[in-house]
Amino acid sequence: MIPALFDYVRADSAEAAITALTEYGDDAKLLAGGHSLLPLMKLRLASPAVLVDIGRLDELSYISDTGDHIAIGALTRHRDVERSTLLAAQVPILAHAASHVGDPQVRNRGTIGGSLAHGDGASDLPAVVLALGGTLVARGPGGTREIAATDFFSGFLETALEPDELLCEIRVPKVPGAGWSFQKFNRRAMDWAIVGAAVVRTGDQCGIGLVNMSTIPLRAGATEAAIAAGASIAEAAALADHGTEPNADLHASVEYRRHLARVLVGRGLEAAS
Amino acid sequence: MTEVSIGVNGVATSRDVEPRTLLVHYLREELDLTGTHVGCDTSNCGACTVHLDGEAVKSCTVLAVQADGHEVTTIEGLEPTEGMDFHVVQQGFHECHGLQCGYCTPGMIMACVALLDENADPTGTEIRTALEGNLCRCTGYQMIVESVRWAAEHAPAK
Repeated sequence: MIPALFDYVRADSAEAAITALTEYGDDAKLLAGGHSLLPLMKLRLASPAVLVDIGRLDELSYISDTGDHIAIGALTRHRDVERSTLLAAQVPILAHAASHVGDPQVRNRGTIGGSLAHGDGASDLPAVVLALGGTLVARGPGGTREIAATDFFSGFLETALEPDELLCEIRVPKVPGAGWSFQKFNRRAMDWAIVGAAVVRTGDQCGIGLVNMSTIPLRAGATEAAIAAGASIAEAAALADHGTEPNADLHASVEYRRHLARVLVGRGLEAAS
Repeated sequence: MTEVSIGVNGVATSRDVEPRTLLVHYLREELDLTGTHVGCDTSNCGACTVHLDGEAVKSCTVLAVQADGHEVTTIEGLEPTEGMDFHVVQQGFHECHGLQCGYCTPGMIMACVALLDENADPTGTEIRTALEGNLCRCTGYQMIVESVRWAAEHAPAK
């Protein structure tokens, strides 16, 4: 399978990428590691007229300590997130979850920014960044803006990014003492989660991100509120599928996914408490 | 068309290609290096695994233009280990019967070479984890794990 024809533009700076996006608008897609986009293009589910290759922008590949937060460049590969000693110490759930994305070959190419900007409700990392209460930094022709992760995912493979904006950085709070758990239920090691749950808990405050419980990544808000109100783990976990809209596919029915969400959130809360 | 220059198995190559050309097709159809296989073509099976700047990647999900200016190693580029007929990982598959039909083998071996580059003495569990991106429909994997262990035990010290 090969993608449909497209024009190829290699950006040598973030500014050049934004200029290209401004010029081509909706006809253009950014190419980073390509491990979300190229499979869609090969299946002809996406046929952008122009690919703007940002894969060589090394200045967008970093993991740095900014005080309260860890800042991760959008082009940082899953492999580098997985192996970061800084993240292992300060945001261990993110390093751990990155080690469960795809397989080693995929993690050598795929980037955290690409995974988030793709906005797939079945991906692991959006749920983790939601659970952490992260912030995404986008740059466009008018400058830079910050978008809360909770405001970022807007529809099926759609995000709050404007067509001329480049996701530059992901900021996650340091949570070295927090309890955490990443629950990924799948049939084979490399598969997408049938359902997953990312849990970060400090006392009565917890953040829970759900994988594959809707067309968009979302939080288990009812469970979070119940924990904050003093509910037991069993009581709170029973609410994990509230407000979700899971799909049925050959792996799982809607009701089975709802069941899995309740079970996995319960397990995650137990492990994180 | 876009001109790409890619070092393949230590040889500089250059071609005008459509930007949509996948690296695996560049290797197989432009360079006639057919050792790298196209299996599932959906980045699941790993039969197309090659090394890009020394790291294992699935060449069905990399564009040739993304590899422009970089170094690629394919199964054909593995040098025989001193005192052996083949590279030590290939030799391990030979000694331990780590293949049946052989279709997954080039990608399996390239993934194993990348593993041993990073971890010279992996456990069985570490081998299975490292090979989660490579599917074999024949062997049930046990002989493959034994092949990698053989290679680890017989590789020359670095």
